[in-house]
Amino acid sequence: MLRFLVRRILGAVVILFLLSIVTFLLFFGMPRDPALLMCGKTCNPTSLANIHHVLGLDKSIPEQYWIFLHNLILGSNQFAQGPCPAPCFGYSYHTNDPVWATMMDRLPTTVSLTLGAAVVFLIVGLGTGMVAAWKRGTLLDKTVTAGSMVISSMQIYFLGPLALAVLVYQSHLFDKPAYNNFTANPVTWFSGLIIPWVVLSTIFASQYTRMARSSMIEQLQEEHVRTARAKGMSRRYVFFRYAWRGSLIPIITIFGIDLGTLLGGAIITEYTFGLPGLGRLAVESVQFSDLPLLLGVMLFSASMILLCNLIVDAAYAFIDPRVRLA
Amino acid sequence: MTTLTKDAGTPAPADAGAFLSVRDLHVSFKTEDGVVRAVDGLSFDVERGKTLGIVGESGSGKSVTNLTILGLHNPQFTTVEGEILLDGQELITARESELEKVRGNKAAMIFQDPLTALSPYYTVGRQIAEPFMKHRGASKRAAWDRAVEMLAKVGIPNPKERAKDYPHQFSGGMRQRAMIAMALVCDPDLLIADEPTTALDVTVQAQILDLLKDLQQEFGSGIIFITHDLGVIADMADDIMVMYAGSAVERGTTNEVLRAPQHPYTWGLLNSMPRLDSDLGMPLNPIPGAPPSLLTPPSGCRFHPRCTFQDRVGGTRCVTERPLLAPDRASACHLTADQKRTIFLEEIKPRLA
Repeated sequence: MLRFLVRRILGAVVILFLLSIVTFLLFFGMPRDPALLMCGKTCNPTSLANIHHVLGLDKSIPEQYWIFLHNLILGSNQFAQGPCPAPCFGYSYHTNDPVWATMMDRLPTTVSLTLGAAVVFLIVGLGTGMVAAWKRGTLLDKTVTAGSMVISSMQIYFLGPLALAVLVYQSHLFDKPAYNNFTANPVTWFSGLIIPWVVLSTIFASQYTRMARSSMIEQLQEEHVRTARAKGMSRRYVFFRYAWRGSLIPIITIFGIDLGTLLGGAIITEYTFGLPGLGRLAVESVQFSDLPLLLGVMLFSASMILLCNLIVDAAYAFIDPRVRLA
Repeated sequence: MTTLTKDAGTPAPADAGAFLSVRDLHVSFKTEDGVVRAVDGLSFDVERGKTLGIVGESGSGKSVTNLTILGLHNPQFTTVEGEILLDGQELITARESELEKVRGNKAAMIFQDPLTALSPYYTVGRQIAEPFMKHRGASKRAAWDRAVEMLAKVGIPNPKERAKDYPHQFSGGMRQRAMIAMALVCDPDLLIADEPTTALDVTVQAQILDLLKDLQQEFGSGIIFITHDLGVIADMADDIMVMYAGSAVERGTTNEVLRAPQHPYTWGLLNSMPRLDSDLGMPLNPIPGAPPSLLTPPSGCRFHPRCTFQDRVGGTRCVTERPLLAPDRASACHLTADQKRTIFLEEIKPRLA
């Protein structure tokens, strides 16, 4: 297990390293000069060169990359804005705030949105999927299958505004979506996120319903499941002990990807509900050609996906003893 | 109908008569293409302590019959008619909860491929212990001890430790031994072995067959042994039933069926067996044609499209009239008893020797 972890973490570091290079090259491939945005109306070649110098953009790209890596790992005191301890992504070009602090500021919103929705869509999705598999071929199964099909064909930008219009602005049943600090007031934290959770998890749950149903049905046709029935185990026991276990493998694979992606920022959801999460930060960093922020958000999102994949792999070993030896 | 006892000399079991008795069984599946008549009017008996071998090609209804006995078919698409009496209990009309009490307890099953038939997610010990807990109400501890005991019985070395292993840590032969241990854990009166040695290599196959025979002596179970391998059946069975296209075409004791087979299909099966002592380069003699589609089975005798002897019957009887299988030693064929004897002795036997 330890060797597995070490190997996977080293692999993740390599991927992040390569990703940071790609981000760097992409950034400098963009036709826009970030200094121009900061230069303002009175821009002249001298002030532009000055900004270039302050941002370090006058150095060669490999040199800039080296400085970035150095700061990231060891921290830096070279910034005019102040000290920057490791992991140092520097200061935002646009807001002049430290990138790491900005991300940590946005993170609770994203984490609250993601984890809350994930809990709901996983439970609802697996639950309805398994009910449909258990009642396979009945009216209930057909209703659930058709319903999940319809819902999963909807998108956030349709369902989100619809929910806002009906549930918030017309009927005032729910609070307007907002992020309130959990530690300050759990009740407002909950009421502010309820609509985003419902909308996000409705769309995801419908996919998990279909996945759980088909995965269960596939498992129920496995020979070892038939063996379990042949030795007299009840239908319920066979369903939950034998078939369910195997059916989880494809589901957690997708769950790992979904969770990682959402933790990196749910852009459309955040814009729809006006929530200041990492997704919005990512869009802003591109809008303002904000290299330090862009690098920070990119690497953070990638780390989340890698972390979730690592957890998924560990979960495989937990579910399937055949994976444990490798 | 009387039973298929091999010789009258063996002492009758305490409760004489068949333990399992199948009467006029019909099984059909609804498919998109139509109704498949997988089993079409099948009757047979199995006694405690005896082995009935069921032989036939793939798709002849062997496995379907035995899945139906335990009610393991999919009830949604399957229609079952007839009568299956296990120890006096009617199984076709039995409720699922009653069937659960029979499965693994009175009647157990061994499947063909022990790798896919054992769950990869649970230890071998747990999988053996489960039915013991369920049917005998044993505690976890007692059931585990029983599982270890069963593993020892089927010849797994170091059973105490091996019980904690998962199926993938076992070799193919050991997995089948574990499978047998699982089937016998509740001391069933009937054991259905569905091609239990087909997925194993030949040396392991012989060991498993010996093990089954030893355990039958010890437990006194009746065995239904399904196979397409006549060599295996000769070794295992007291009686043989040959199946073709969903019904029995010939039955008798192992000696009778293998020494003096009466049905052209049985002749074909014997003929198509490769022999070690034949000259090199001798062509094999497969039965011409392919097994019929059970969606649209042939009229009259199901075997007539592949039968090379139908002209001896004369007329169109083989095409129009379905031959019936008489009780006891019998074959479902329109040839007369004399014809069957002469054809076998003069035309088939010389080719087998």
